[in-house]
Amino acid sequence: MAPRPGRRALAAALILLLAASGGAAARPFTDAAGRTVELPERVGRVLAAGPPAAVLLYTLAPDLMAGWVSAPHPEALPLLEPRTRALPAYGRLTGRGGTANVEAVLAAKPDLIVDSGSLGPTYASLADRVQAQTGIPYILLDGSFAKTPEAYRQLGAALGRQSAADALAAEAQSLADTVGRAVATVPEDKRPRVYYARGPRGLETGFTGSINTELVEAAGGRNVAQDGGGRLGNVSPEQVLAWNPDAIVTLDPAFAAGLSADPLWRNVRAVQSGRVYVAPLQPFPWFDAPPGVNRLIGLRWLAARLHPDLFPQPMPDVVRAFYSRFYHVDLDAGQAAALLGGTATGAPPGPAR
Amino acid sequence: MSRAPAAAETIRARTRLRLSAALLSGLGLLALTALALAVGKYPVAPADLASILGHRLLGLPVRAPATAETVVMQVRLPRVIAALVVGAALSAAGATYQGLFRNPLVSPDILGVSAGAGLGAVLGIYLGLPVAPIQVLAFLGGLGAVAAVYGVGLAVRRHDPVLTLVLAGVAVGAVLGAGISLLKVLADPYNQLPAITFWLLGSLSSVTLGDVAATLPMMLLGLVPLVLLRWRMNLMSLGDAEARALGVETRVLRPVLIASATLITAAAVAMTGVIGWIGLIVPHIARLLVGPDYRRLLPASLLLGAGYLVLVDLIARNLGTVEVPLGILTALVGAPFFLWLLASGRRGFS
Repeated sequence: MAPRPGRRALAAALILLLAASGGAAARPFTDAAGRTVELPERVGRVLAAGPPAAVLLYTLAPDLMAGWVSAPHPEALPLLEPRTRALPAYGRLTGRGGTANVEAVLAAKPDLIVDSGSLGPTYASLADRVQAQTGIPYILLDGSFAKTPEAYRQLGAALGRQSAADALAAEAQSLADTVGRAVATVPEDKRPRVYYARGPRGLETGFTGSINTELVEAAGGRNVAQDGGGRLGNVSPEQVLAWNPDAIVTLDPAFAAGLSADPLWRNVRAVQSGRVYVAPLQPFPWFDAPPGVNRLIGLRWLAARLHPDLFPQPMPDVVRAFYSRFYHVDLDAGQAAALLGGTATGAPPGPAR
Repeated sequence: MSRAPAAAETIRARTRLRLSAALLSGLGLLALTALALAVGKYPVAPADLASILGHRLLGLPVRAPATAETVVMQVRLPRVIAALVVGAALSAAGATYQGLFRNPLVSPDILGVSAGAGLGAVLGIYLGLPVAPIQVLAFLGGLGAVAAVYGVGLAVRRHDPVLTLVLAGVAVGAVLGAGISLLKVLADPYNQLPAITFWLLGSLSSVTLGDVAATLPMMLLGLVPLVLLRWRMNLMSLGDAEARALGVETRVLRPVLIASATLITAAAVAMTGVIGWIGLIVPHIARLLVGPDYRRLLPASLLLGAGYLVLVDLIARNLGTVEVPLGILTALVGAPFFLWLLASGRRGFS
């Protein structure tokens, strides 16, 4: 007789549990890697597994972000939507060297984990493992630059934000198409030969086919680093002199500033003709690092740098429109100019506000 | 009566043999250096090379294009000088440490030099510093690591001093290695992490004349005592008690030798990153060729190390567009050669 009430409670609990799981009517969702994942009907909190996914998620649904992968740089804060500025950083959840604490991820109670990047079997199986370990649905989106509109549409479907996602996808597509149509008029041999300088000495570069240099070709340039199998690698200064690039792209203003005085670099055509372009970095770097949708504005910027006559529209206007639409911040003219400062054609940037 | 002149004759013959061997290696090194100056990714015609060198050495009028001159004087020359000096220095430091610790498995980073220098450089990259402060941090990190190890050695008195130093070196190296790993985890994976990885692999690709000028005095400061004290190293390698019985003050000599070898290694790692295997293998190759006597072993290590690194760097920068990190090639080229020499077993090993 004694266990009776207990048993009744158990049965009630079971019924409740069934009702609850039925209520959250899981819907099947097929991600870009072809994995079918059960998603909850309503997604309220989303965690990005890596920096490219964080940027993608921020552009589409900053209100759903449960946290950052790495804390935003202090200089990025004024350029981010206010409520995302103080979000916690959870670390990378995927790939080699994942740094996120799984318990902390569980404590954040996300409804969904999103990753954007390579769709290879390594990443698909890593996604499966994280999903099995945490019990949180994990979707993988295509991170290649050309698939940006598709990634937006898929993320929109997963989050239940289809119309907003379609709008961003259309804008991304039109931006890429505009640049693509304009640079298509430039014959292959008239396109500037571009060297991407990375690392403290600028002797690390991305070879053709690497995700880090996708923008060079898309913006109507030719990557001088041809035969490195699409990887990052070190090259010698002699090799850079032999390539003698027409233009140099770098993320490092200090490196760029020292070039004209450096005996190794000052004879390079790009340095002599002043075609050294420092990619703006805030709130997300324009050219690379991470190679995410943050490169959309970088494409427009680099194309205008490489082919100024094809893109007469003033760059600050383009930047302000893009930041308002994708990054949810309204820049004033000073902020836009400061962002472009390192690469403005005229005077050096005025005092930063 | 006839034995003394015969012995004198043998000695004279041996001296002649040694002189010609030294001359031959010197000429070989010179030829290798000339080849290294002539060959590279940027095509420089032999006539242009001769014109550039003639201009610099003899003041003849220069008739080569400006870029060719930049390539030869600003890229290849510092690189070749650095390869000669770093190869010689790391090999001499390796030979010294092997004798000092009476252990054939010892390499120049035994006391944590590379780990300390690596941590210094990684910290510099993590903080986004320019190249010069990164190199200074690496140099200070290397010296600091060895100072810490030596401090432990002085504080611990109950054990064999050599064993204490080696164990302290392993432990301090492990702590510093953990520091490097921590910074790698914290670093931006898209930008800083590759830079850190490439730096730690070791390369001569971006050595400048300024680097060479800053490093050369420290290298010489470390090399001169090693060369001058090389006959005493024979006694040190007998062990402390025997060395003292023969009148060598080990308590003075050991710190001098350690400081010299450390200075060399720290300066080399600060300039080029970690180039493994050279300091471990070249002294053994030298030992197999000339025997264990440090009076000959040290000069042989210097020459072999210099030539070896010039050769390896020549391969590294001509193999493909991507520079192959030197540590990979020194192991791939050096280890099989060493094994072959070991198997052919012509000489006593220790």
